[in-house]
Amino acid sequence: MRIVVPKETKSGERRVAATPKTVEQLRALGYDVAVETGAGAAAAYPDAAFVAAGAEVVLPAAAYDGDIVLKVNAPSPTEQARLRQGQMLVSLLAPALNPEAVEAIRRRGATALAMDAVPRISRAQALDVLSSMANLGGYRAVIEAASEFGGLFTGQVTAAGKVPPAKVLVIGAGVAGLAAIGTAGSLGAIVRAFDARPEVAEQVESMGAQFLRVDVATEVSADGYAKEMGEDFNVKAAALYAEQAKDVDIIITTALIPGKPAPRLITAEMVASMRPGSVIVDMAAANGGNVAGSRADQRVVSENGVIILGYTDLPGRLPTQASQLFGTNLVNLMKLLTPAKDGQVVLDLEDPVQRGMTVTRAGETLWPPPPVQVSAAPTTAPAAAPVAAKPVKVVMSQGRRFALLGAGALAFLLISAVSPPAFLGHFMVFMLSVVIGFYVIGNVHHALHTPLMSVTNAISGIIIVGALLQVGHDDLWVSILAFVGILVASINVFGGFTVTGRMLQMFKREEVAR
Amino acid sequence: MTLSYSLVQGAYIVAGLLFILALSGLSKHETARQGNRFGVFGMAIALVVTIIGASGGLTVDGMRVIDGSGAKGLAFILPALAIGGALGVWRARAVEMTGMPELIAILHSFVGLAAVLVGWNSSYEESVYPKVHDVEVFVGVFIGAVTFTGSIVAYLKLAAKIKSAPLMLPGRNLLNLGAIAAFVAMTIAYVAMAPGETFARQSLLGVMTLVALALGWHLVASIGGGDMPVVVSMLNSYSGWAAAAAGFLLGNDLLIITGALVGSSGAYLSYIMCKAMNRSFISVIAGGFGVEAGTVAGDGDYGEHREITAEGVAALLTEAREVVITPGYGMATAQAQYAVADLTRRLRERGVSVRFGIHPVAGRLPGHMNVLLAEAKVPYDIVLEMDEINDDLPATDVVLVIGANDTVNPAAIDEPGSPIAGMPVLHVWDAHDVIVFKRSMATGYAGVQNPLFFKDNTQMLFGDARARVEDILAAL
Repeated sequence: MRIVVPKETKSGERRVAATPKTVEQLRALGYDVAVETGAGAAAAYPDAAFVAAGAEVVLPAAAYDGDIVLKVNAPSPTEQARLRQGQMLVSLLAPALNPEAVEAIRRRGATALAMDAVPRISRAQALDVLSSMANLGGYRAVIEAASEFGGLFTGQVTAAGKVPPAKVLVIGAGVAGLAAIGTAGSLGAIVRAFDARPEVAEQVESMGAQFLRVDVATEVSADGYAKEMGEDFNVKAAALYAEQAKDVDIIITTALIPGKPAPRLITAEMVASMRPGSVIVDMAAANGGNVAGSRADQRVVSENGVIILGYTDLPGRLPTQASQLFGTNLVNLMKLLTPAKDGQVVLDLEDPVQRGMTVTRAGETLWPPPPVQVSAAPTTAPAAAPVAAKPVKVVMSQGRRFALLGAGALAFLLISAVSPPAFLGHFMVFMLSVVIGFYVIGNVHHALHTPLMSVTNAISGIIIVGALLQVGHDDLWVSILAFVGILVASINVFGGFTVTGRMLQMFKREEVAR
Repeated sequence: MTLSYSLVQGAYIVAGLLFILALSGLSKHETARQGNRFGVFGMAIALVVTIIGASGGLTVDGMRVIDGSGAKGLAFILPALAIGGALGVWRARAVEMTGMPELIAILHSFVGLAAVLVGWNSSYEESVYPKVHDVEVFVGVFIGAVTFTGSIVAYLKLAAKIKSAPLMLPGRNLLNLGAIAAFVAMTIAYVAMAPGETFARQSLLGVMTLVALALGWHLVASIGGGDMPVVVSMLNSYSGWAAAAAGFLLGNDLLIITGALVGSSGAYLSYIMCKAMNRSFISVIAGGFGVEAGTVAGDGDYGEHREITAEGVAALLTEAREVVITPGYGMATAQAQYAVADLTRRLRERGVSVRFGIHPVAGRLPGHMNVLLAEAKVPYDIVLEMDEINDDLPATDVVLVIGANDTVNPAAIDEPGSPIAGMPVLHVWDAHDVIVFKRSMATGYAGVQNPLFFKDNTQMLFGDARARVEDILAAL
């Protein structure tokens, strides 16, 4: 099959969906690759490099002339019109925010895979462009802030006086936030970070930043993404932001909730309370912004001289590296889609990763996909499992339990009322022995499971007593059966104790062995 | 010689107490051997008193209430005891430690058989409360028969005399439920029958026994060989309940005490194991629990595995400071425990810290690995449980996985769709290097591919585990 990589048409976009290196990898999977002329120019990948890697360089008119279209940005209406029946489009789509685009692609009869809808499971990490782009974006956000900021990041004591270190607040400790924390920290700033998910505190602290906390119980995220928070939490978080705004020089906000407008975190009052010359980078500006007054793709200066950057193309400002990472994510997707490595795409909707990304297929809308339960981190998985299982088990209310107990006791009383007294005496013994048996081995050492089992086995040979009492019955058959009973039970008794003794003989502590 | 009834009861109380002490003694290494002696002692008291009482008769307040079976009784008892005892001691001495699971399984079947025989015999006896007695006969024979055939199937599977794959009859749950319903119906019919109808009653008892035998067979046959540790422990519990049922039948408190002790402790042990395997306890008792995970995950593309030579492993081990060995059933089949113990000794002499990580269900019997390692004289204080060793694995230089597969499978944690998802496993992949001893790239009992083999820090050493460990010893 033929893969085409058109030039990005979105204004200011410098990335490209393939690099010479990824072209080679795609060809190794059996695909023919065509790249629109000039597609990689802005990312420092000239046409000649693509040709050297084995791609065909085609004119813009032929840029959609293939079975699979690999793009960075969601197609514009003109680009949508170039898609055709049976074609496959792979790009960013934001299907939840872009229903018109999804509908247009569906009407064209094309199959669309959204690179920004990869389920967050370990296996799919290799295709997750949100991660790879966010990582670059976080880095670039700090670099942009540093170039706007009128001071140094690192503190110094010089002959000309003391330079205070910059204080940076990062809100949202996802991939972008953590990258920003790391970058700001390595430039020498004092970094603080906040996130609605308390479980990321450890990651923040591992990057050398201080994690700010609010005193509200929150739940651990189940799908690896942040959720909208409760009212109480929001009030306390807002108080925290207001307090920090007065103190810090730079704020970087990265708070995004998938498929929803970005939460408004920094109000106009907070901006007004910041020192002139402070810088805010709003990484969520594309989705409405976390900061009052931020505008997508704009540099805004507030009345009191605070610079608010709403750049939405932060990863694109590192076009060479961003194209390489994006391209590698696409190669990993194509590996998943090409199990036979024969250049033929096989879309398997049973696979949660592929199902999650597939927005439309041949005239049918498949968005939104069924939810995928994932473990965000391997360490949380074992802890999460029992939590999930427990509520099912303890659903029985106190009242129902008492009712059941009462019914059981009543039934037992009714039965015992008609039972012979001797039976009840035996039953008492039976019940107490059950309880003792349960407790007596409660703390058994794991290594002794086998000897314990063989000794209980030997002891259960006590059934021999029953057979012994039946021998000598007037009926010869009874005696014969009892004879067989004694015989087999005594194999058990003697064999069981002997083998237990043998095993225990072997268990020796080191001192004894020496 | 006649015995006072009170003396017999007193002796039974002492024996029951000794059995309790035996079980509690077996919970700790320090007291385990003493515990076994308590058990022997209790059994001896019970046997001697019962034999004298059964042959010589019993008296209450000096009045003879039960005539003994006399010399004729002894003529039955003593040869049976002698033959059975000799057989038992012979088998117990001869058995290889790797054959322990089979031996214990077959011993369980004897208890089941004895319970069936006792039940049949007492169906001929008169009782003051015939209705209660009838129910007791049925319950006793039923549990005994299920234990009997269940244990035989477990024995055959463990001894590899029949295929260990689960038997998948259509509607197997209905079959089980149907058998139990039939048992209840027959019990009611039996109780309702007039005592005079001897032939009809005995036929019904016979039919019920056949149904129970079939049920026991089917219950265990539908469980795969990999789940046998829990099955053996469960059968141990059943054999206890069978003895307790016989106790009710004969009005004998010693049987009730002992049976209930064995029954409840065996059930609890099974429960511990089920938790370790993340299985439902109820579905184990119901039988066929090994198949609920039905679908086997497709063989995803895990990449390439790397091989290593015995010399390479020896070189790694000489560099290492912390070594952990995680054995599995493969070590038992290859009889590699002596070679492994030798390797352990040699490494420890060189100042390398060697420890063992034992998964609760490694092998085919609970504690199977511990028994084998103990046989080879590995000091038990370096043999640790999964939970004890998991935290130390990231600081470990080399992990030797010897014949284990499912118990070290990261898919249990990483792949929610895996049939073994959620089962606690040894996190061997956290170590710096992992060496997997394996005969081939075949899957383990769960039939699941193991991504561990394809990890970057894993290297495979193919071949018979004992031969390979001996190669390493030679290279050291």
